[in-house]
Amino acid sequence: MDPILFIVFLPLLAAAIAGLGNRALGNVAAKSVTTLALFAACLLSWPIFIGSVSGHAEPHVVQVLHWVQSGSLNFDWALRVDTLTAVMLVVVTTVSALVHLYSWGYMAEDPDQPRFFAYLSLFTFAMLMLVTADNLVQMFFGWEGVGLASYLLIGFWFRKPSASAAAIKAFVVNRVGDLGFMLGIFGTFLVFNTVSIPEILVRAPGMAGSTIGFLGYRLDTMTVLCVLLFIGAMGKSAQLGLHTWLPDAMEGPTPVSALIHAATMVTAGVFMVCRLSPMFQTSETAMNVVTYVGAATLFFAATIGTTQWDIKRVIAYSTCSQLGYMFVAAGVGAPGAAMFHLFTHAFFKALLFLGAGSVIHAMHHEQDMRFYGGLRKHIPLTFWAMMAGTLAITGVGIVDLFGFAGFYSKDSILEAAYGAHSQSGSVGFWAGIAAALLTSFYSWRLVFLTFYGKPRWDQSEHVQHAVHDDHHGHGRKHHDDGTAGYHPHESPLNMLIPLGVLSLGAVAAGYVFAHDFISEGAGHFWRGSVAFSEELIHHMHGVPLWVKWAPFAVMVTGFLIACYGYLINTAFPGKLAAALGPVYRFVYNKWYFDELYDRLFVRPAFWLGDRFWKLGDIGLIDRFGPNGAAWAVARGSSFAQKVQTGYLYSYALVMLLGLTAAITWVMVH
Amino acid sequence: MFGLPILSLMLLVPLAGAIACLLVEAKAARTIALVATTVDFLLGIVLWNRYEIGGAQWQFTENAPLFAGFAWKLGIDGIALMLIELSVFLMPICILASKAIEKRVGEYMAAFLLMEVLMIGVFAAQDLFLFYIFFEAGLIPMYLIIGIWGGAERIYASYKFFLYTLLGSVLMLIAMLWMVNEAGTTDIPTLMAYDFPVAAQKWLWLAFFASFAVKMPMWPVHTWLPDAHVQAPTAGSVILAGVLLKMGGYGFIRFSLPMFPQASADYAGLVFALSMVAVVYTSLVALVQHDMKKLIAYSSVAHMAIVTVGLFAFNVQGLEGSMVVMLSHGLVSGALFLCVGVIYDRLHTREIARYGGLSINMPKYALFFMLFTMASVGLPGTSGFVGEFLSLAGIYQVSSWVTLVCTTGIILGAGYMLYLYRRVAFGEQKNADAAAMPDLDAREWIMLAPIAAAVLWMGVYPESFLAPMRADIAALDARLAAARPEGDAKPTAGQPKVAEEHAAHGAAPEGAH
Repeated sequence: MDPILFIVFLPLLAAAIAGLGNRALGNVAAKSVTTLALFAACLLSWPIFIGSVSGHAEPHVVQVLHWVQSGSLNFDWALRVDTLTAVMLVVVTTVSALVHLYSWGYMAEDPDQPRFFAYLSLFTFAMLMLVTADNLVQMFFGWEGVGLASYLLIGFWFRKPSASAAAIKAFVVNRVGDLGFMLGIFGTFLVFNTVSIPEILVRAPGMAGSTIGFLGYRLDTMTVLCVLLFIGAMGKSAQLGLHTWLPDAMEGPTPVSALIHAATMVTAGVFMVCRLSPMFQTSETAMNVVTYVGAATLFFAATIGTTQWDIKRVIAYSTCSQLGYMFVAAGVGAPGAAMFHLFTHAFFKALLFLGAGSVIHAMHHEQDMRFYGGLRKHIPLTFWAMMAGTLAITGVGIVDLFGFAGFYSKDSILEAAYGAHSQSGSVGFWAGIAAALLTSFYSWRLVFLTFYGKPRWDQSEHVQHAVHDDHHGHGRKHHDDGTAGYHPHESPLNMLIPLGVLSLGAVAAGYVFAHDFISEGAGHFWRGSVAFSEELIHHMHGVPLWVKWAPFAVMVTGFLIACYGYLINTAFPGKLAAALGPVYRFVYNKWYFDELYDRLFVRPAFWLGDRFWKLGDIGLIDRFGPNGAAWAVARGSSFAQKVQTGYLYSYALVMLLGLTAAITWVMVH
Repeated sequence: MFGLPILSLMLLVPLAGAIACLLVEAKAARTIALVATTVDFLLGIVLWNRYEIGGAQWQFTENAPLFAGFAWKLGIDGIALMLIELSVFLMPICILASKAIEKRVGEYMAAFLLMEVLMIGVFAAQDLFLFYIFFEAGLIPMYLIIGIWGGAERIYASYKFFLYTLLGSVLMLIAMLWMVNEAGTTDIPTLMAYDFPVAAQKWLWLAFFASFAVKMPMWPVHTWLPDAHVQAPTAGSVILAGVLLKMGGYGFIRFSLPMFPQASADYAGLVFALSMVAVVYTSLVALVQHDMKKLIAYSSVAHMAIVTVGLFAFNVQGLEGSMVVMLSHGLVSGALFLCVGVIYDRLHTREIARYGGLSINMPKYALFFMLFTMASVGLPGTSGFVGEFLSLAGIYQVSSWVTLVCTTGIILGAGYMLYLYRRVAFGEQKNADAAAMPDLDAREWIMLAPIAAAVLWMGVYPESFLAPMRADIAALDARLAAARPEGDAKPTAGQPKVAEEHAAHGAAPEGAH
């Protein structure tokens, strides 16, 4: 049997065992089954990836089961393995296995652990189905499957109203994107008479320049299809307009944020655009749409990231922003660079989230950075892990020497955007440079607020609770050092090991794999699984020196501003925010998207529903329909009583009479 | 296949059971009903087993002329087979779900068994008037079930039900008489191939439409359904949503489409318009409901609108998709009503706000409810997706506007179903009595587990259900070919860029540079 079958179905099996066994099975058994399954899947995945790197692996498809055959619309359950899949396989299984392990520690006190681990494994299964899809419908299966798992995990602490609200929001907003995805699949089937991805990619260039009728307009066929599919990608990858669910998704347990809302699920949109890159390249308009949306998102999300106080929300907006970078790369025709950033980002962003989880764990569930400070000495291992993540995301590195993971992947995106020599490319480049400054600023702000300065823990209700519980009956001591007498503890080993492994990835993943993903010879690595343009690679390497150094310059600038504002002159950010007034409030309130959507969609939906029901159904249809008839009958005679009690018999009678008449007529005829 | 008149037997078993139920006391009646429906279910399995895929179009035919051309004529194709399977599958579950009934049990069971006879009869009848008898009489037990064993407002609900149905069926009967007169036969297969004059088709189509649109139900003749569901006992709701609503769709696919293809094409615009309104309108109404059963009833109207657009898409995907939506909706909405019944039996209220936090004290229940909620919103891997996807893929070939509007159903559906689930199963246990409810017992587990299995089966391997219908759908598709409307997409041929541009970059085999 092909190893891919085990990689994909072991997590499903584990999820079923843990989920159905639940409390009867017990915590340790459920956790062991799921974690072992994931480590097994991970160990089986790396050889496939290494096979791609060394150029030995042949792309192949493993048939599993027929799914649907309806006229010419056929699609099967099948697992496709090629380089693009291999990259995703290692990302998904590695991060998932580490997150499973981490959750042993993080969720240790939760009463519902089997359910949690079952959901995690179920998610992994769905994600693996997504990345191995050979046709658009199976991709959609995985797409919705990860959506379900995300819904269940965001709402895992379902007693919290905010958690169940966030879960619904995530599912419904994603469905808006899915509407586009589904229409895109329908359109693709209409045009190509197939939903098989390889067949579509072969035939897409032949349809370049054709037109199609859509909603009464005649538009370029490939543009319509690609933009519809891209709307799906925007929902899943939280791009501007459909991003509102991602920050709220932080209601889920932190390991979930690391796995789903940073490393894997949210990158599904990028994966889709890369998988279909030969199709997207047949429409320049669609490519521009991808680039502009990516550019807008990466900038907008970065601005919000600079103002938030919740440590997880900062990282969430950072994720949103980094996904924007990936779309810029995909949009300028460099899917290799997009996938490379996806790959490195998975490691350093999962690391940042798990590190944040470790901080939150140490700080007794406090997430507000205003109540952190001075944690460097108390949780040094977490501090160093977070440093590795921060060095990676801000892209620290020296050209042609060594850099942390993000240095290689982010710079390659900026070089590709510049090297594309197009208007959209320039917009992507400049937005990317501006956002790189903001990225550096908010990342260091996070580090300084959390780990440096003096403790500000005494204002935290969570910490006060913890202290109160500890000191109960001991009599209160007064602490004026800001600690409130609280002693944060470093996380247990099962949480620190994942941090260590991911730190390794954040430090080295860029340096080790840059050559495979984005060099001139990367065509041998990708083997046609994404559209690879050697020409663009040449342009990337030929960009002027200032372009290569610009990210470095803005990174240092962002670092210095954060140093000044959060280490040297800590009163400065507050004064600046006050001086900026409305601009600050606009950014702090996330550009008022939630308020806008609430007024525009949510409230009108409930209002309309209520009107349709009370005015439409009751006020109009029933009033002039059945009630009107009853009224007329009641008014016309004293018949009403008879109708009400004898309706059944009269009805049966009418029917019988009718039948008798019919039969008689036929007989006479 | 020879000798044993299996279809008649399937009608006879519940009929005999119904008579027996009237004669014995309550406990025995329950047993008899359970045995009779189970035997019928087993016969249904035999039927499915013996049905020859790729064999004759009409199988298990029986023909006993009675008088003057009127005949006891039975026979099924794959479409009827699937709907019969759905009916006999749901019936034993309904009997199990009727534990809370304590008033006039014998008559109640007799009504259900009689309904099973009539439902199977509708799908198996091959004589026009025989069909009419089954079709109309099938509603009588339903009136009784709502009117006698229903809730507080049962009289008003059954009155509404009666009024709507009567209006439609009178018109249909007149149309049937005209057709028999014109074609000189009451044989349904013959009529399905008969070409009625185009001018007459329109009137006939409208007369049938009046009946089927009410049964479906389509907007704006849907308002009887929420009331009927709310008042009906649990098992009544299951059968109403599970099977009776399918009679409208079956009517379209058996009569309107094959007998009046031209009129169907001409009136497709009307069907689309009503369906588009229904999807948006009833989904929004579902969003604001406080009563669980009303919410699910409104969601049924929205789902049935997907059936009607699929049917009138005039292509294989649309037709097959509609059939799968009907089967899936029969299972899923039936299961959802059972889920409501489970907690109604404990707390005696359908008011959503009276529950909350059921995941804590009823985890097994919450799991089933989640599965059926997801099937209702059309999550891939469940039956709901396959049908919806095929229907919408079918309609896209006709009109992108209709598809866009109907596909918004996937957003709105997620909205109202998850909002319902949140209020029932998530949150704190704010009501002490709801928090004290025990989890599913063995009987309830036996009711829900088979449906859950069927929902997943149909979602993962729908071929089992599509294969028997394939030839019949293909035949219908061929019959409709002449009247098929032109789609709005009309893609032109591509103008690929000249080859040199690719060659310059060293073209890869998959169109990559």
